[in-house]
Amino acid sequence: MEVSNTIFSDKPVIVSYDGTWYGLLTAVFDAYSKKWNVSGFSVIDRESQSDFFAEKVVVVTDEAKAQRVWLGLKKKVPKENCIQLYRCYLSEIAGIELTIFSCIKFYFSGFDSPHLAYGNPDVLKVNQTSKMVYREKHRMEAFVRFQRTADDLYYAGIEPDFNVIPLLNEHFAERYADQNWLIYDIKRKYGIYYDQNKVEEITLDFSNDAGAKTSVKDVFHDSETLYQELWQNYFKNVNIPSRRNIKLHVQHVPKRYWKHLIEKK
Amino acid sequence: MSERLHEKLEILADAAKYDVSCSSSGSKRKNHNKGLGEATGSGICHTYTEDGRCVSLLKILLTNHCIFDCAYCVTRKSNDIKRAAFTVQEVVDLTMNFYRRNYIEGLFLSSGIFKNANYTMERLVSVAKKLRTENKFNGYIHLKTIPGASDELMHEAGLWADRLSVNIEIPTESGLKLLAPDKNIKDMIEPMTYLKKEIIRTKEESKIFKSAPLFAPAGQSTQMIIGASGESDKDIMHTANKFYKGFNLKRVYYSGYVPISNDNRLPGLGSAVPVLRENRLYQTDWLMRFYGFHVQELLNDQFPNLDPEIDPKLSWALRNMAFFPVDVNTADLQLILRVPGIGVQSAQKIVGARRFNKLGWDHLKKIGIALNRAKYFITCNSPITDRKDYTEAKIRQFILNESRSKFLTNGGQQYNLFG
Ligand code: SF4
Repeated sequence: MEVSNTIFSDKPVIVSYDGTWYGLLTAVFDAYSKKWNVSGFSVIDRESQSDFFAEKVVVVTDEAKAQRVWLGLKKKVPKENCIQLYRCYLSEIAGIELTIFSCIKFYFSGFDSPHLAYGNPDVLKVNQTSKMVYREKHRMEAFVRFQRTADDLYYAGIEPDFNVIPLLNEHFAERYADQNWLIYDIKRKYGIYYDQNKVEEITLDFSNDAGAKTSVKDVFHDSETLYQELWQNYFKNVNIPSRRNIKLHVQHVPKRYWKHLIEKK
Repeated sequence: MSERLHEKLEILADAAKYDVSCSSSGSKRKNHNKGLGEATGSGICHTYTEDGRCVSLLKILLTNHCIFDCAYCVTRKSNDIKRAAFTVQEVVDLTMNFYRRNYIEGLFLSSGIFKNANYTMERLVSVAKKLRTENKFNGYIHLKTIPGASDELMHEAGLWADRLSVNIEIPTESGLKLLAPDKNIKDMIEPMTYLKKEIIRTKEESKIFKSAPLFAPAGQSTQMIIGASGESDKDIMHTANKFYKGFNLKRVYYSGYVPISNDNRLPGLGSAVPVLRENRLYQTDWLMRFYGFHVQELLNDQFPNLDPEIDPKLSWALRNMAFFPVDVNTADLQLILRVPGIGVQSAQKIVGARRFNKLGWDHLKKIGIALNRAKYFITCNSPITDRKDYTEAKIRQFILNESRSKFLTNGGQQYNLFG
């Protein structure tokens, strides 16, 4: 990897960062203050598109710089619009960093209430992407199904379209304050665990359990099957057959989520 | 043991499902005691039934024993069905365990009337009280109030519940007399009046004493059955308007009548549920609550029924072409809200965005307005393409042709769609 510190402002640059939010904000800080002509972003150690004409520059994450960007943003646009940028980052959509960067640049460009400029393509894209991520977060708040384990942990596995776990802790910690719970992103292999005090990010090592012959009965609480069945039964009985509309049903509860929904099993 | 519980749940969920309200929004109950749950947000639909309705609450009857004989109700005395009753503890356990697993936002508890109104209401209240006190439950509770129950019980219900409702069910007094001979309108209006007063009083109190207890923070709602008593859309919406204005109701629900018997006072078994009509009524309700329309503009003696083919906003616009075209770059928000194809959010976006540059078709499309409708009613910064001088009938035809294909591919049902 080439690292260069002297970059001419007109030469296209690909900015390499560590993949974290602070890393991205640091990259924004450097690119903005050094007036780089950014043509794209890439994550260190992750393969990225090669652009032979662009120079690559590696940014070292610096919390102080990241904070300055974040605090600066808060002075320019409402908090909700700052959070929108974070949600976009969590979308993991290829190329979204450049949109975030361009949007931040626009927010700093001196217009009054720049976040209302829906005619600006970056502002619009940030709005729309953020909405998609927010919707996924909202879906997870709806679709998480906890199962009570024998040692009184409420466990839920999820596979969201976007990386929404960081957006979930507040809601679940407030709501389920008096029970231990764990929400685990099976695709991204990490989760959040709450012990009635604080929420922690954790990763699980399933390799030990793979060979063990523990049966479901041992893992789950005695009452778990009863309540799952009662819920399935309830779901069946609130349906009004003469109003049946499966199309609408699937639109609200897309099939890809069914495998974790007790009532759809 | 668990078999009996399953059977009760089957019977008592089945009997409760015709009450369409499933909202769990509008409260502000926090998890203040590190207990279970909260009801501060706009409410979450945790799943949807196969008929596409939101499931957010555990909606059950405490019992389907009833001393009344309302013709439109499965629970009516004369109906030969299996009866069941939950114990207070059973409802509490179901609610707690469903909530802990993130299945629900809370409980919606209703009941047939057994013995008398007060006896029934007392049981409903004790479920709510037990949840709030013994179980530190802060999720959403909606209690049905039984017509004729005492003020004391109504007051206690308000202390524990987030929302209270009395279902009026039949929008006209004559219809009510015919179909629900045991009920009288006075018994339904009285609790609403009492609750309205109490809600206002406690709100005032909480302004002075920050720690004043919550009283039905999500307010009152009611439901009307649609298509059971030959009523017009005007009857329904004018009654709804009275409830919104006169009793400060948070929501009025409209529930297409699902035929349940061959009683000749009612549509017979096998008649279709008026789903489309129900949808048009909800659209009208939205126009009244969020778009600044007066009910009289939408439904009056000249137009007592909504147009099934087009939504009520478009219908109003076509009857009032003199209001248009509206210039989106200069018009007031109130006027922009009246344009077919522009929703509340888009209207606000337009007003925000036009300060930066004059908006043309492209901008409007990106903002998300339905140009295929709106184009006949607006001018913007782009040259007028093809809107000039069409008659109402022509516009109606154009829009219908376009949306008919959409309508068909949507399986014939559209919801909350003004676009
Ligand atoms: S009083 Fe209520 S439960 Fe009883 S028959 Fe009438 S509507 Fe049904």
